[in-house]
Formats: sequence, structure tokens, C-alpha cells
Amino acid sequence: MELMPIAGGVVCILGALFLFLGALGTVRMPDVYNRIQAGTKATTLGTLLFLIGTGLYNPSWIPKLIIIGLFILLTNPVSSHILSRAAHRIGARMSDKTVVDKLKESEENVDV
Amino acid sequence: MAEVLFYTAGFIVLLAMITASIRFFRGPDSVNRVLAFDVLTIISISLITVIAHITGRLIYLDVAIVYGLLSFLGVVTISKYLDGGL
Repeated sequence: MELMPIAGGVVCILGALFLFLGALGTVRMPDVYNRIQAGTKATTLGTLLFLIGTGLYNPSWIPKLIIIGLFILLTNPVSSHILSRAAHRIGARMSDKTVVDKLKESEENVDV
Repeated sequence: MAEVLFYTAGFIVLLAMITASIRFFRGPDSVNRVLAFDVLTIISISLITVIAHITGRLIYLDVAIVYGLLSFLGVVTISKYLDGGL
């Protein structure tokens, strides 16, 4: 029994669990900023674990998997940042437990 | 053994897609829907990787690369439109 394919499968299941938790966070979280946080961070880690697991199973696929992983690692935070900025600009409602809004404070300071 | 683990992972990813599409259909405004679209496309990249592994064809990874690129472009474009800069 080979060890590397089983290790790849276990890492893939870990990644799939992270993907499921991220998707569950988008349903359960109270406002849109928490949903963006849960959705994008957990799915980035889950997809990277998934790519690592597939690379452990098929070592000849590693160059293309590295390209996909680097691409996700670079573009996913950018898209979530732009999305949360747009949400703040159009005035998305915040949760009642929110205690600080630094972007609003800094915009008010710029106006003064 | 390893094949069973991969099929289980694919099933969990499918459950994650169903869970994220709940937010896509229920989202109260457009920002929630764009977020659900973003999460769905990132999960789809993993699902395409599973399909490439099960069928054993490397060409599906190219599909995953193009899919991720187009999803990033779509999210950035819609966000800039919501921001009023387009």
C-alpha cells in the first residue's frame, strides 16, 4: 500500500471541510462583512489544501497546480477587499455588535 | 482506499456548493449575491480539480485556470460598478 496517495486523499478531505465551513459561514454570519471574511479566507485555505492533496497524488501535475495556487493566493484577497470596499461605499448594514468603523472615521477626517 | 477518500472529498465539496447557493438565492442585496458568486466560483475550482483527478485528464486544470481568472474579473467589475467607478 502506497502512502502518498492516501496522504493526498486525507489532505483533500481537510480542504473540502474548510470549503464547507467557509460556505456555511456565508449562510450563518450576521452581516455582509463577516460573510466576506468567512467566505474568502476559509475558501482560500481550502482550495490550497485541495491543490496540495491532488499534487501529492499526481506528482506530474505539480507545475500547473502551483500556477493555480499562486493565482488564487494573489487574486482572492484583492477581490474580497474590493468587494468589502464597495459594500461600505453603498452603505451595507452592519451588525449590532460592531464596535469600530475605521474607514468611516478616516473619511470624516479627510473631509475636515 | 485513496479513491474513496477523493470521492468523499468531492461529495463534501458538492455539499459546500449547495450551502453557498443558499446564500446566493436568499441574499437580501446585490453585495451578498456577488459574495456568494465569488465563493461558488472558488469552490468550483476545487470541484474541477476533483473531476480532473477522477477522469485523469490534465486538460481540465487549464479550464480551472481560465475559470478562476474570469471569476476574479467578474467580481472586480461588479464591485467597481457598485462602487460607482464604472
